[in-house]
Amino acid sequence: MPETNDRALMSGREYIGVDKIDGALVFVTKTHPVGFRELIECIDKDGNTRLGIVLESSTNCVVAQIFEGTSGLNLPDTRIRFSGKPLTISISKDMLGRVFNGLGKPIDGGPAQRSDVELNVNGMAINPTAREYPRDFIQTGISVIDGMNTLIRGQKLPIFSGNGLPHNELAAQIARQAKIRGSETEFAVVFAAMGVKHDVAQFFVKSFEESGVLENVALFLSLADDPSIERLQTPRTALTLAEHLAFNEDMHVLVVMTDMTNYCESLREISTIRGEIPSRKGYPGYLYSDLAELYERSGMIKGYKGSITLLPILTMPNDDISHPIPDLSGYITEGQIVFERDMNGRGIYPPIAGLPSLSRLMKDGIGEGMTREDHPHLASQLFAAYSYVKDVRNLASVIGEEELTPLDHNYLDFGKEFEQKFVSQRHDEDRSIEQTLDIGWEVLRTLPVDELHRITDEEIEKFYGK
Amino acid sequence: MNDRIIGQVKRINGPVIEVMGITDAEMFELVWVGKEHLIGELIKLEQDSAVVQVYEDTTGIAPYDPVYGAGMQLSVELGPGMVGTIYDGIQRPLEKIRDISGIFIKRGISVPSLDREKKWHFVPSAKEGDTVSSGMVLGTVQETENVLHKILVPPNEKGILISVVPEGDYTVEEVIAVLEKEDSQKKDLFLMHRWPIRKHRPTKGRLPLDIPLVTGQRVIDTLFPIAKGATVCIPGGFGTGKTMTQQAVAKWCDADLIIYIGCGERGNEITDVLTEFPKLIDPRSGRSLMERTILIANTSNMPVSAREASIYTGITMAEYFRDQGYHVAVMADSTSRWAEALRELSGRMEEMPAEEGFPAYLPTRIAEFYERAGSMETLNGERGSVSVIGAVSPPGGDFSEPVTQHTKRFIRCFWALDRNLANARHYPAISWLESYSEYLSGLEAWWAEKAGSEWLPDRTEIMELLHKEVRLQQVVKLVGPDALPDSQRFILEVCTLFKNAFLQQNAYDKIDTYSVVPKQAKMLHIIVTYWRRGSEMIKKGVTLVQLRKMKVYQDIIKMKFTISNDDLQALDKIEAYLERSMDQLEALHA
Repeated sequence: MPETNDRALMSGREYIGVDKIDGALVFVTKTHPVGFRELIECIDKDGNTRLGIVLESSTNCVVAQIFEGTSGLNLPDTRIRFSGKPLTISISKDMLGRVFNGLGKPIDGGPAQRSDVELNVNGMAINPTAREYPRDFIQTGISVIDGMNTLIRGQKLPIFSGNGLPHNELAAQIARQAKIRGSETEFAVVFAAMGVKHDVAQFFVKSFEESGVLENVALFLSLADDPSIERLQTPRTALTLAEHLAFNEDMHVLVVMTDMTNYCESLREISTIRGEIPSRKGYPGYLYSDLAELYERSGMIKGYKGSITLLPILTMPNDDISHPIPDLSGYITEGQIVFERDMNGRGIYPPIAGLPSLSRLMKDGIGEGMTREDHPHLASQLFAAYSYVKDVRNLASVIGEEELTPLDHNYLDFGKEFEQKFVSQRHDEDRSIEQTLDIGWEVLRTLPVDELHRITDEEIEKFYGK
Repeated sequence: MNDRIIGQVKRINGPVIEVMGITDAEMFELVWVGKEHLIGELIKLEQDSAVVQVYEDTTGIAPYDPVYGAGMQLSVELGPGMVGTIYDGIQRPLEKIRDISGIFIKRGISVPSLDREKKWHFVPSAKEGDTVSSGMVLGTVQETENVLHKILVPPNEKGILISVVPEGDYTVEEVIAVLEKEDSQKKDLFLMHRWPIRKHRPTKGRLPLDIPLVTGQRVIDTLFPIAKGATVCIPGGFGTGKTMTQQAVAKWCDADLIIYIGCGERGNEITDVLTEFPKLIDPRSGRSLMERTILIANTSNMPVSAREASIYTGITMAEYFRDQGYHVAVMADSTSRWAEALRELSGRMEEMPAEEGFPAYLPTRIAEFYERAGSMETLNGERGSVSVIGAVSPPGGDFSEPVTQHTKRFIRCFWALDRNLANARHYPAISWLESYSEYLSGLEAWWAEKAGSEWLPDRTEIMELLHKEVRLQQVVKLVGPDALPDSQRFILEVCTLFKNAFLQQNAYDKIDTYSVVPKQAKMLHIIVTYWRRGSEMIKKGVTLVQLRKMKVYQDIIKMKFTISNDDLQALDKIEAYLERSMDQLEALHA
């Protein structure tokens, strides 16, 4: 029992020697009372400092994880110092245009940022009553997104992709082209890379450079050869900056996080080392809550001008959408954009699968006064028709195309037109929403008018007949 | 908040804290941890140590921090001021929290659940000298235009009233009556009282489930109806429309009160309800829907242990209004997140896991929760009910996982959401093959009275067709539709019509968003008539194309959008037109 409970006084104490090292975790016994999630400094025998946080604290033992990894540490010479406060980073607007590691330290050779704002990277839950329901349409210039899976400012819309699919190209294209029509506002991109390869990070830097927006981008890189534990901190650091920019600096922030699959793998790694009871596929039971802590930091807040729009990218292991990572993400995010390998194989870019993709916030951001009055019904009709195309294609593969009814042939034509004219576009093609909708009507004209159950007579007269 | 220290922190592992040096504490006691007074609940006692689950983020809590006991179980405050409010999982008003801590929820905030300042106009109905027992009405408070809040003698109290205040304005903490119990002890009664959330409130007994909870959703009311007091499970993968279906039911069902529990779901969904409900008008009372709604929001990023409690907080409030003789509908979205919270806490307590890491007591907990629903005779002899509609989010949309399977054992109505329907944007995506309702037989009499004797045979016939269609579709998949005779192709045709014109319902369309019972029955009858007459025609040699080209066909397809709930004669006209067109066709082929 300690003689005093003042942790601030005791926090300067340094403990020489740790009792156990396992993976990224160190175990220290016989310490003063140490707070849960307290920041620690771990000094190795050569005098280099690494950071970590306390994962578990009890009267006899403290378990901490070291972000930079534990390689080179030994039991007797490792020194541990507890800070008495949670992990914070200093944040400022000057971080735009710079490159950092996952803990917010600059790695572009420049000086460390100076700021008076120290923020806890774990953030806090937004009070649901303070949220503003997002309803501002973001034009991405990509037809299949704008027309059928509309992105809304403040939304969290992940891209479910697979290895070898062009998710990076699409994310870069969205970051370049995204705009709110009729308003000039300050915008910023916060980019968090977790466990991605160097050339992927390079691709994004180049893409931002070419479009001349690099000074509005902050990059947080924890690449594939960095310690896996740092990945757990990377999105939190990035989102902390995003929150500062959105809610203290009134900016509209687009956060791109890639690749969430690597983040979840790191989480599983740490969980296993700690000996926690696994749930599905070895992932910890709190994977859902942990992902929610990240994804729910997006949104808009009443009385604040800024917003955070979140675009996480994840590669579905083995293209399996029911794998825990895409599955749990889908339960938290407001829709998903799903890539289809088959479409990619047929040379269609972006290979966005029409049916499983969804934007939940679309309904309130489209239609008269926002996009165009025919948008809701047109989108609904395109979905319905394309869904029938899939049935017809299945049927045709069994009985042969010749055996199909004339109507079904119409649908096959529609499917082809839809994929080639509506979905397919160039990497640098920026279509306005009117162009997108007009193409939509154009492809619908391959169908006879009495097949269009979801469109009103007035709309048929005004748009279909054009 | 008192300063009774019951022990000291020994070990911290996320929201689970081990406490040592316990002197006196009881199970499920409300406790405060550390100098910041984080709210927790004592969930395990062993000799001089205990386990506490903390409802707030435990960052910074250290060993030897003090733990304070409240001397009572985790309870909710029940009284005027709840309706229209949004609470977190342990009944803290989120709007008040926002006034104190801004846009983010800080820790250790203590706000009373019911406003202590606000005065309510209390009209007593009991008087001095009355012998009263629990559940009896002391008087009323008009809480909102919609809700007449009856102030009851709290459970487990009885005696003689030795004083009752006159009609007037009182706060929830002012004494409104004094009760002398049998042992001559005096007990002050207030507009509010407390009740522990994990204990069900007493009633006289259960009543049969024979009144439907009308939801205005055609696929529900016509195919899989539920009763007031029912238990329903809505399972579905992400994007199949669980939340949409629950919100539609919350908006239009004919319950007196709605308790909407957002348990571990998205923050924006709660915001959606908060912005939309006040604008929507309850078709029965003509007042804003928010005036009959209580929201409990514990979004996915809020502390996981409060998620576990939120379900109980909600159902306890529902029972309280049931005891006043009201019909309450509880929407729990989603019970899977609640089960996952159980799993997470169980894991942190290092309990032995059963299936998929869930604790072995999962089915017991699910059963306890759903058994609190039902149609009851209240202690006051009135009829009240609690209906529970629980969403389940099965991982990967696979219904064989433990939460769906265990839930199915304790509910009697199952609205399975189908991924393929949702992909085709067929909403509500309730599968007509996998869903079932065991309440149908109890409700037949009511439907026959309100919708006519044709309703049941019509419904049976269409269900039969839907099942036939599945088998025919399998044939079509192999050989194409042309191989089928017209009589069978007509079945496919009618089913497509039924799906488009009846089952599909657009929640965003002003007219289609809900349908009254007579409209539903009439629409069903028109489609069944088209089938009955049409199939006879086909026997007489009329072709499928002729049947489809009838002008009335387009009217039938669009009737859900074009004919409003108060213009039912227009449906009669369509029916007459249909009969006429069939007659003409028949005459041609005679």
